[in-house]
Amino acid sequence: MPMIEFENVSKWFGSFQVLTDVSLSVAQGEKIVVCGPSGSGKSTLIRCVNALEPYQKGRITVNGVHLTEDLKTIHQVRAQVGMVFQSFNLFPHLTILDNLTLAPMHVRKVAKADAEERAMTQLHRVRIAEQAQKYPGQLSGGQQQRVAIARALCMEPQVLLFDEPTSALDPEMVKEVLDVMVSLAQQGTTMICVTHEMGFAREVADRVVFMDAGQIVEQNTPQEFFERPQHPRAVDFLSKILSH
Amino acid sequence: MNETSLSWRQTLFNGKVNTLITVSLLASLVWFAWNFLPWAVFNAVFTADLEACRAARGSGACWGLIEEKWKLIVFGRYPFEEIWRPIVASIMMLAACLVMSQRQWWTPLILFSAAGVIALSVALMIGGFAGLSSIPTERLGGLALTLLLAIVGNILSLPLAVALALGRTSNLPFIRVVCSGFIELVRGVPLITVLFMASFMFPLFLPSGMNPDVLLRVTGGLILFSAAYQAEVIRGGINSVPRGQIEAAQALGMSYWLIQTKIVLPQAFRVVVPPLVNSFIAIFKDTSLVTIVSMFELFGSLRLALADPQWRPFFIEGFIFVALIYWVFCSAMSRYSRGLERDFAVARR
Repeated sequence: MPMIEFENVSKWFGSFQVLTDVSLSVAQGEKIVVCGPSGSGKSTLIRCVNALEPYQKGRITVNGVHLTEDLKTIHQVRAQVGMVFQSFNLFPHLTILDNLTLAPMHVRKVAKADAEERAMTQLHRVRIAEQAQKYPGQLSGGQQQRVAIARALCMEPQVLLFDEPTSALDPEMVKEVLDVMVSLAQQGTTMICVTHEMGFAREVADRVVFMDAGQIVEQNTPQEFFERPQHPRAVDFLSKILSH
Repeated sequence: MNETSLSWRQTLFNGKVNTLITVSLLASLVWFAWNFLPWAVFNAVFTADLEACRAARGSGACWGLIEEKWKLIVFGRYPFEEIWRPIVASIMMLAACLVMSQRQWWTPLILFSAAGVIALSVALMIGGFAGLSSIPTERLGGLALTLLLAIVGNILSLPLAVALALGRTSNLPFIRVVCSGFIELVRGVPLITVLFMASFMFPLFLPSGMNPDVLLRVTGGLILFSAAYQAEVIRGGINSVPRGQIEAAQALGMSYWLIQTKIVLPQAFRVVVPPLVNSFIAIFKDTSLVTIVSMFELFGSLRLALADPQWRPFFIEGFIFVALIYWVFCSAMSRYSRGLERDFAVARR
């Protein structure tokens, strides 16, 4: 059974169709990189997985749960799916530790001591444990993003979604975040990552999915995709991305 | 020259225009002091001597009015034998406010206890239990009544204001319409109208025989009015919280209420401290409107005091005294607000 299944999914923003008949199957432990020009619907695609965006046609199934507009299915899905955002979205009025323990304590009803222990483990994992008592505003972008990853991991998700996690970072901080993501990938987490970092895609992805104008235009292994792109729009996109 | 402290030349006398403005303002201040101080201080009469006051009329202030009438102004028509009750009650209420103002004590237990103390002080003033004689609420007055109305009105309106703000930003259409309608209705009429309606029309809607006390009706009106304005202020704060944080909280599986209480409202409140305290200060002074329903708070009591024909000519001194009292409380709230903003700015960055 696939971990995530999109079956002929279409989505509209008002009268503008942003996803057209998208079908995608993600197996457990698979690492998918979604790429494409801006406006192609890549972010919308992954935001549909954890119900941040509703969809109008088709069917999305996450770990056996059919995702609908019903709050019950939404909560069931969100309990298993973690997300890391382009703009980190840490809670600025809480310390790093509180950022991480908030959800486990209040959603999973974990005891405070256990939640803090879990949080420190994840902070060690992303190599930022010494910043636990600071506030997000006191950290750099790369550090904040690593905290955001740790925060998602504290809820022990089956799937991790990444929405352009390094696009808002200064170039020298991109590597520290990508390193964390690579180590996560090596530990067997199912990941869907929207990114422009093609080096990361080559290193980690099992499959590269190329989207354009709301449709999945091409999907292949990274090797095949980068060296022998089939679709003309993929060829065009790669020539623009890889040429600077 | 030291860069962190600017000299007079750099600030007040910096260029022709600034110098001109400074000089004119200084001149006005000197002229004002020259005319005001003799009247207010040098030629003034400080004792409650009616003859001396009359003699000094026009050239000197009669602060004796204060000595003569201060009990009426501060306590209203409260029976003098029981005067300890509004004194103790006012001190209790102010102490409770001080406790509630300390951030480090913002736990549910302490806040509820402070609210309980305020309720107790109101009960103390009204009496009717534990051997305390029952004082009809019409006798409450003066500064004690102003404090009661302002404190109860401002504090009890906050939970209602939060509910209205959340309701107005809700996704559920019925709740949103009801809350918006209420806010716009109340904001669309002057406070005087709300008090008038609360006092005279409200009993008409109740089953006959039920006649809630005038103090209750007036406080209720004040609370509704205050809540409508505070709701809009809080809603501004709610809207200022970046949408991305709410999405992150949703992605973590947090429910609507969890998100509001842990993420949105804490940040919203930090941001709206200035306009919210502004609202508190305005309501504090708006309590003077309850004279329309024959409750004699600070300003109303002054007018009662001035009803005395012998002391009526010295109304200016009375107004200055009352204005000073308002100023003391309002500027205290203002200073507190600035302190709070500084605290939050440090944490927020």
